[in-house]
Amino acid sequence: MPEALQSEEAGADGRGDGGAAARRPLLEVRDLQVSYGGIAAVRGISLEVAAGEMVCLIGANGAGKTTTLKALARLLPARGAIDYRGESLLQRAPHELIGAGLALVPEGRGVFARLSVAENLAMGAYCRRDRDGIAADLEHIHALLPRLKERAGQLAGTLSGGEQQMLALGRALMSRPQLLLLDEPSMGLAPIMVQRVFEVIRRVAAEGVTILLVEQNARLALSVAARGYVMESGAITLAGEAAALLADPKVREAYLGE
Amino acid sequence: MDTFIQQIINGLVLGSIYALVALGYTLVYGILGLINFAHGEVVMIGALSALTVIKLLAGSGLPGIAVVAIGVLVAVPLCMALGYGIERVAYRPLRQAPRLAPLITAIGMSIVLQQLAMIFWGRNYHSFPPILPETGREIGDAYISDLQIAILLLAAAIMAGLMLLINRTRLGRAMRATAENPQIAGLMGVNINAIISATFLIGSALAAVAGVMVSANYSIAHYQMGFILGLKAFTAAVLGGIGNVPGAMLGGLLLGLIESLGAGYIGDLTGGFLGSHYQDVFAFFVLILVLVFRPSGLMGEKVAERA
Ligand SMILES: Nc1ncnc2c1ncn2[C@@H]1O[C@H](COP(=O)(O)OP(=O)(O)OP(=O)(O)O)[C@@H](O)[C@H]1O
Ligand SMILES: [Mg+2]
Repeated sequence: MPEALQSEEAGADGRGDGGAAARRPLLEVRDLQVSYGGIAAVRGISLEVAAGEMVCLIGANGAGKTTTLKALARLLPARGAIDYRGESLLQRAPHELIGAGLALVPEGRGVFARLSVAENLAMGAYCRRDRDGIAADLEHIHALLPRLKERAGQLAGTLSGGEQQMLALGRALMSRPQLLLLDEPSMGLAPIMVQRVFEVIRRVAAEGVTILLVEQNARLALSVAARGYVMESGAITLAGEAAALLADPKVREAYLGE
Repeated sequence: MDTFIQQIINGLVLGSIYALVALGYTLVYGILGLINFAHGEVVMIGALSALTVIKLLAGSGLPGIAVVAIGVLVAVPLCMALGYGIERVAYRPLRQAPRLAPLITAIGMSIVLQQLAMIFWGRNYHSFPPILPETGREIGDAYISDLQIAILLLAAAIMAGLMLLINRTRLGRAMRATAENPQIAGLMGVNINAIISATFLIGSALAAVAGVMVSANYSIAHYQMGFILGLKAFTAAVLGGIGNVPGAMLGGLLLGLIESLGAGYIGDLTGGFLGSHYQDVFAFFVLILVLVFRPSGLMGEKVAERA
């Protein structure tokens, strides 16, 4: 099965780069709590992501996955600790994160519909001043996602859902991120498009970008990630190597439809 | 025929002034979804402050054009500071409040500025000193003064520059991104507060220039001039599609033409019953028609509802 093969690949990458970054994980979340007007949506979760690793966060509808990512990206007030590169993010404003190498590809893609594809990509590099580096990255992203080159002048709102997901991914990559937070990249896409999007995610991870992937599609997420966390009603109920989770009877029953 | 061309010329001059003011409304609305009702007062303060400087320098021996240019150069930064301050004091603290709250402070801010202007400049009309050359040229039987030509050219240049800024620069791109989705723009590293401030600075600079144009063209300025002018420019912005930049330009020009042609022909149309002093009626008639039949304006799209 290709799935097993890929999870091994990703795992190898994770170990390879994780060793270089000493013991300290790139992202360390402890006892994170987020609520909407008194109603707790995330109830004290802890997780970590080592440099170079791809980790997934899976769970059913409404489990609190998006809330977790939004809190990490400082879009929601939260309690607990979020340490990124050994520094707390809690006092940071959302617009300061991308410059520190942390990029979120939000649920529903969030492309700027009235900006062209090229302008959307330029927005990804908004905080960068290195013209040559930006040009090189644009070329690289065009090679990775050739559709974006073909459609450079088109308004992003006219793209198909899959193309918009590619654009959202390309836009985040234009910031040259160290840690990429992906919120349900498979959402609303045809199966063939899901395959393509995940192929790109795999290649991005292979280039050394650390990824925290949120997915409802547990089988898919566990097939690309090295490790996974399972979230239920705002709490993490299970964690472990992706292969182990894929084999776990509870996961198989609740999330893999077996 | 002569009246027609004359009213077209007058309408275009008036319309380009409306357009400059309408842009201030539309830029702010595009980014904050807020109608900055104090914007008309910024135009008024631009006009009166420039006029103060112009009167002061009128007897200095400097050429009239230089005196007016200095007036503009004083009014522009003053209005920019004022617009920036209005946002910081009246709108920013209410960013998360229900929509009605900033609307009410906008009206309050407008009253405060008017009263301050009254205290500072008095209740009297201030006339523009006759320092500009009274030359012009004939077009058929119609006449266009050099001042009118200058207003048209300057307004066109400013609007072209604004289009370049919005469509071709990093700041303009960030403004459009913020207008569409501030949260996502923030994720891209855009400091939303800085973009909002920039929007107020730009709109207020345009307002200052428009204020000087009005007072030069009609030779008069007054602490209450901002109210009707602001309301008309707001009408122009709604006519073009509030939030839409080319729409504000088109709406301004159209409204100027409608008013001017309306004033020129209302006497004939009503058999002399209504005179040209009913000019103001047209703007509000237009506002009502647009709000009833096409609230999204001529160029207002509904892209936001897609995706
Ligand atoms: N803006 C909000 N206001 C109030 N409650 C919210 C809000 N957004 C989410 N919630 C609630 O918080 C909980 C977690 O939602 P969240 O969107 O984080 O789930 P999720 O795991 O991302 O789900 P999905 O897989 O459907 O995207 C849900 O019960 C949801 O109803
Ligand atoms: Mg979600």
